[in-house]
Amino acid sequence: MSKFIFLVPLFPLAGFLINGLLRRRISKSFSGLIGSAAVLASFVVSLLIFFEVKEENFHPVIVTLFEFMHAGKLSIPFSFLVDPLSVLFLLIITGVGFLIHVYSTSYMQEENAPAYAKYFCYLNLFVFSMLLLVLGSNYVILYIGWEGVGLCSYLLIGYWFKNQEYSSAARKAFVMNRIGDFAFLIAIFALINQFGTASFGEIFQQAPKATTGLITMVTLLLFAGATAKSAQIPLYTWLPDAMAGPTPVSALIHAATMVTAGIYMVARSHVLYDLAPVSQTVVAVTGLATAILAASIAIKQNDIKKVLAYSTVSQLGYMFLGLGVGAYTGAVFHVMTHAFFKALLFLGAGSVIHAMGGEQDIRKMGALKKYLPITHITFLLACLAIAGVPPFSGFFSKDEILAAAFVKNPLYYIIGVAGAMMTAFYIFRLYATTFLGKFRGTADQEHHLHESPAPITFPLIVLAILAVLGGFLGIPEIFAKDSHMLGHFLQPVFAGHEKMITESPVSVSTEWMLMGISAGLATIIVIFAWMRFSRKPELGEPAGFGNWLANKWYVDELYQAVIVKPLNAFADFLNRVVEKNVIDGMVNGAGRLVQYGSRQIRYLQSGQVGGYVLLMVLGIVILFVVQLFLRK
Amino acid sequence: MPINYYIFLSVALFCIGVAGVLTRRNAIIVFMCIELMLNAVNLLMVAFSKMHHAALAASDPNAGINGQLFVFFIMVVAAAEVSVGLAIIAMLYRNTHSVDINFLNRLKH
Repeated sequence: MSKFIFLVPLFPLAGFLINGLLRRRISKSFSGLIGSAAVLASFVVSLLIFFEVKEENFHPVIVTLFEFMHAGKLSIPFSFLVDPLSVLFLLIITGVGFLIHVYSTSYMQEENAPAYAKYFCYLNLFVFSMLLLVLGSNYVILYIGWEGVGLCSYLLIGYWFKNQEYSSAARKAFVMNRIGDFAFLIAIFALINQFGTASFGEIFQQAPKATTGLITMVTLLLFAGATAKSAQIPLYTWLPDAMAGPTPVSALIHAATMVTAGIYMVARSHVLYDLAPVSQTVVAVTGLATAILAASIAIKQNDIKKVLAYSTVSQLGYMFLGLGVGAYTGAVFHVMTHAFFKALLFLGAGSVIHAMGGEQDIRKMGALKKYLPITHITFLLACLAIAGVPPFSGFFSKDEILAAAFVKNPLYYIIGVAGAMMTAFYIFRLYATTFLGKFRGTADQEHHLHESPAPITFPLIVLAILAVLGGFLGIPEIFAKDSHMLGHFLQPVFAGHEKMITESPVSVSTEWMLMGISAGLATIIVIFAWMRFSRKPELGEPAGFGNWLANKWYVDELYQAVIVKPLNAFADFLNRVVEKNVIDGMVNGAGRLVQYGSRQIRYLQSGQVGGYVLLMVLGIVILFVVQLFLRK
Repeated sequence: MPINYYIFLSVALFCIGVAGVLTRRNAIIVFMCIELMLNAVNLLMVAFSKMHHAALAASDPNAGINGQLFVFFIMVVAAAEVSVGLAIIAMLYRNTHSVDINFLNRLKH
């Protein structure tokens, strides 16, 4: 079955081509159907392959399609790697992707047919690229998918291209991603230079022979690429702006899949990171700092999607923290649970925005729970999951990361728990302000409030079930032996780290205590935020320190002043001075030189016989001299 | 006499001829200087032919005859060229009543 792996990216590619080429000729329902069916077909094939991979004695399979690049001794095949890690990501991408496609068929109904088809075309292209990314068996195929998802992110954020602001946001996302791509590319070059190959298996086998310095440099460059793609400090500012795109796009790309590409890449390269402890510390510290920074900003945001965007940045920080302390299974587990509850949160937000007729400011919402019952319940479940309240999924995955962080350095744990408390606070601030209390919008909006139709509520319900039950795939071993099913599934990939799951380096009582502390604190903050914001929603302008948070710590302004303005000034200088004077000068100057030269040479043709004779004599004399004296 | 004397004389005559061609204004004088150049070359040819004959007389009694033969060719060419050239100058004079070469710059138009 795993030799049919090529079908998995093929279906979305076919969907992309059909929707893209026929977009002016097909109806809306047809294009929606093609788009969703393509991803569903991929999901079914992924599921079948999953069952095969789950067997005890499965070996990772490499399925080669063709020779992609060949230069001397370097050979880069276009091949897919079927192993537990890639299959897990396949299921997440195609499963959550399918639900989002179904959701989009209803959410994007207001668009005209060609634009609707364009949306599904881009979405399918995105799924195709993401699948290439996780299936690639070498860094080059991964990079192809990496760039593809960056492109699709640009196309989809700027979907409503007639709006100047949205187009700027799309451009910002793409440019910031390119910075990371550049670092990634340098890393690939270094790897090929050192090992003569880009394939994962071969590189990881030969990795111990390289110097630590080189491995550290490569892993730092790879992480820099992940920083841009997965929105970590310092390249995270594109993600909140990316909320300009349609909400299902935010759900798919900026919550569940694209931003997790960085996590996947680091997890895949764990062999290299294990050899470079410096990089691991950088990854962990950056992740932790990002988690705290983004959570602090989210506390004061008033746009429903911006809160969720900063929440995504923060949760990604947790995942990188997990990777940095060696809890690779925990990080991947959190990717999975985060895909469920964050996609649910975004889709629920979309449902709310639709009901409110396009309003996104939570200060104008309230009491939505009686108008949008299904959305309300699913949103609440997602909030409980992300806050880390047991027994929802977020608790298990976040706790696994925090426990591993405690082992590495108790300070990581303390700061991580502080971030978790902030997470619980801002998400329940969002929940209470939106769904509880009194309705604060206009009477017109109140008339318009209605629960969303089935294509929207069905994915919400499915994702809610997953968000609630998903945690049980990774129950820590202290409860029962072999209970960490996900850990055992991923064990062949993260060989050497499975000990983190089976025998924890801390005593059982310590682990119970850690779990209890994080669960207890999360629950307390949830109740506190619930009470506070349902009674008195935050309507006023922020003051003092709150101002700093509401203005995102002025990071955007800092980048604008330090990087964007000098670059623009430099480009302006090049345009006005260099382009005009130097380059145009050279071209025009060549023309003027020729004209001047010809004016001077024209004097030779005087018509005077004497002049001509003189030239003839001179020529003969020169020939004479050359012949006699200069040629030996 | 050493060959050098003949060479110097011939070169001097040739240079005088060249200077005359470049400098003089009267077309007929220019023609005379061209004749002077040709005759300088004739002189050199004969001188070299005598030199070769003197050097090689023992082995080959006809050595150096080529130079003197070629002098005849040069003279014939000179005569032909003079006749044509003078005819052209006569036509030019009939049309412009002048043999001043600075005046004869019709090639420009």
